[in-house]
Amino acid sequence: MLRFTVRRLLLLVPILLGLSIIVFFWIRALPGGPARVLLGERATPERIAAIEHQYGLDRPVYVQYWRFVEKTATFELGDSIVSRRPVAEELKQRFPATIELALAAMFFSIAIGVPLGFLAAKRYGGPLDHASLVASLLGISIPVFFLGILLKYVFSVKLGWLPTVGRSSVLIDTPHPTKFYVLDAIISGDANALWDVLKHLVLPAIALGSIPLAVIARITRAAVLDVLNEDYVRTARAKGMSPGIVDRRHILRNALLPVTTIIGLQVGLLLSGAVLTETVFAWPGMGTWLVDAIQDRNYPVIQGGVLFVALVFVLVNLVVDLSYALINPRIRVS
Amino acid sequence: MKKWHRLPMLLAVAMLAIGVAGCGGSDKKSSDGTGTTTGDAGGTTGGTLVFAGASDPVVLDGALVSDGESLRPIDQIFEGLVTLKDGGTEIEPSLATSWEASADGKTWTFNLREGVTFHDGEAFNAAAVCFNFDRWYNFKGSFQNSSASYYWQTVFGGFAKNEKANESLGVSLYESCEATDDKTATIVLTKPSASFLGALSLSSFAIASPKALTDFGADKGSVDADGVFHPTGTFGTEHPIGTGEFKFESWTRGDRLVLVRYDDYWGDKAKIDKLIIRPIADNAARLQALQAGEIQGYDLVEPQDVVTIEGDSNLQVLDRPAFNVAYVGINQAKPPMDKVEVRQALAYGLDRQKVVDSFYAGRGVVAKEFMPPEVVGYADDVTEYTYDPAKSKELLQAAGLTLPVTIDFWYPTDVSRPYMPDPKRNFEAFAASLETAGFKVVPHSAPWSPDYLGQVGEGNAQVYLLGWTGDYGDADNFVGTFFRTQQKAWGTIAKPNAEIQGQLEKALIETDAPAREAAYQEANRLISDWVPGVPYVHTKPALAFAANIKGYIPSPVSLESFATVTIEAK
Repeated sequence: MLRFTVRRLLLLVPILLGLSIIVFFWIRALPGGPARVLLGERATPERIAAIEHQYGLDRPVYVQYWRFVEKTATFELGDSIVSRRPVAEELKQRFPATIELALAAMFFSIAIGVPLGFLAAKRYGGPLDHASLVASLLGISIPVFFLGILLKYVFSVKLGWLPTVGRSSVLIDTPHPTKFYVLDAIISGDANALWDVLKHLVLPAIALGSIPLAVIARITRAAVLDVLNEDYVRTARAKGMSPGIVDRRHILRNALLPVTTIIGLQVGLLLSGAVLTETVFAWPGMGTWLVDAIQDRNYPVIQGGVLFVALVFVLVNLVVDLSYALINPRIRVS
Repeated sequence: MKKWHRLPMLLAVAMLAIGVAGCGGSDKKSSDGTGTTTGDAGGTTGGTLVFAGASDPVVLDGALVSDGESLRPIDQIFEGLVTLKDGGTEIEPSLATSWEASADGKTWTFNLREGVTFHDGEAFNAAAVCFNFDRWYNFKGSFQNSSASYYWQTVFGGFAKNEKANESLGVSLYESCEATDDKTATIVLTKPSASFLGALSLSSFAIASPKALTDFGADKGSVDADGVFHPTGTFGTEHPIGTGEFKFESWTRGDRLVLVRYDDYWGDKAKIDKLIIRPIADNAARLQALQAGEIQGYDLVEPQDVVTIEGDSNLQVLDRPAFNVAYVGINQAKPPMDKVEVRQALAYGLDRQKVVDSFYAGRGVVAKEFMPPEVVGYADDVTEYTYDPAKSKELLQAAGLTLPVTIDFWYPTDVSRPYMPDPKRNFEAFAASLETAGFKVVPHSAPWSPDYLGQVGEGNAQVYLLGWTGDYGDADNFVGTFFRTQQKAWGTIAKPNAEIQGQLEKALIETDAPAREAAYQEANRLISDWVPGVPYVHTKPALAFAANIKGYIPSPVSLESFATVTIEAK
């Protein structure tokens, strides 16, 4: 397993290098540049030239790329052209927000999706099965931003139960040493703050988790249906094993294998879906940060941000691959 | 005795309760409001106001920004020598109580206010004024970029020593500042400028504490191997210290900026205790946050949301006076636009009234000049071009052209500007009216920024939609910006108009107010006859607030104070 892990980690180098080339040259192929965006209606050729000179954008592209690789190798991502702050510093602040939201969405989609799929399969063809199919279809087909606005309208504007924007109430001051607000609230021991943070997580997590939930429910249902007809399930039942144990040990454990793969793939979806969800809920994470950066042609942020997301994506998939071995000892990851 | 001790306490508790109820609007769902009261007379006092902008400020150092989101908190923390009348553009005293210009218009003497202290306890005096002016004048490296010191460059031109990339800025308008005595500052200019005084109302020329600027390294930074400057100081991020009604408390980027009342303020103190500004980029999210009571106000209301807000008795819409202009620009370097008859025909062929009536939801007025009526120098008697397709055709034929005359008409996509909420629909309506007036319109479009602005700025568009929002209340900021210099977008590099340029230069340096007004009025008459483009609308941008928020006075230039705001019990 160690060799497998090392090999996968080494593969990161060509992946990130290839990606850096694509991102670097692609954003420079887009028309205009950061100077023109910064200046808007007030752009003049002289002003544009002065800003491009300041950020080294007037040099040949290959020179710029080489400098970028050199700097990135030393973990230096440059400064944001808009906020004028180091990209790494902004990343440190934004990343925990996105991860917290992704984890909450994941938790929501697994906690609802797996039991839903399981029950649907057990009651194959029944009303619950049909209902879960319809729900999954809806979950997949409703655009995230629309669902977000709808959820806010019902639960915030009309019912007044949950907040509409941000990660915590601006009227509560809690220190944020880890930048993971749930964790920070637990550390601070302030129950009010924890309740507040959790309330802020609910709607974005549902909006973001809706698609993974639907996918997980459908895959679970299909996998359970496959396993239900296996000989060993019938044998277990024939032995007089209690239905609960059969469900847990024989059905669910085997059915979860394909579900795990899907969960790993959903991580990518969560990171990309976060763009819309974060915008709708004014969630200060990577999604809104990158979208703004692309609109602003904020080259250093796009380069640093995209590379970092790619790195996370590859690492998460590695973890998922490794976790197969834990769930199913038949698989050897060598 | 004991009883008497309890009375103030009881009163305080009662007032606290009112305060909490007062900021009920700040969070009707949670009761964690922190309303307190002050001894100020008049109106409900205390409480926390949460206001949403569209994005984070860049940095809280007025000299280094020009964007509205940065200037909003800067306007609360800092003050300049002069300010503008609430809700207007007339110049009023602020840190200077009076001023006078020498006969040659080059020496300006400012008498400064007594008893003013910065938030760090330092005294405000003439030395502080000169320290700030000298700081701006001596900016080096990246601070000379127009993305940073845009307003300095707009008003004063160059710096003490222009960097190589900025050589075109030329000699600075600023020459020196001298602290004649503790409360008198004398500023000397290299040439007379009448727009100088009005420009000093810009937040970019607000006076910061010299001690804080020095202690927190406002201009400190390191230059890396590539020559790129990396600011390292904390003045603009953690210690912005001015003399304004609010002082800085904390800033969590992407989440909240917290300002609190400055209790030693020299004038009327702020009525609320705390102002929290949070960034919410999405328009719909801002509206829902207001409806849900998480914020009590927001800026940049979408025109289509105005009806929803007006229909909700818990909310209110406030209008900013019109301080912008949208226009159909014409590039005279692209024939047949070099002929004045063709430009006049175009002006007669645009049904501006219909566009304003159809797409501005009652928030626009038809423009006839390149500056709004609020600005001094507006002339009532310019040549007007009311929609008249027959006249348009006549003019085209008189110019020797065969109908229809083909024109390339550009409009931007992916953008909504205060003066142009839906460019495509404006374009479509204009194209339809032009087609009945002897033109054949070939449409061109591009995403607003940077593509569209690039095409127009480089002079590639023959006819195009564009606009401008004023930075400060001076005619030069409108007509001067457009026509005092030669620009590719108007085709004035190839086809300059010396008469109009001369008239605008003359107006710029005229320090006698009535003569200056007359000079700009004359410039506006000349511009209308020359038809470099067709201004079509001035709009009133909207702000939204909870109904119990009172005392916010919208300003045409967005120079708005939260100090007068009160939160009333619902």
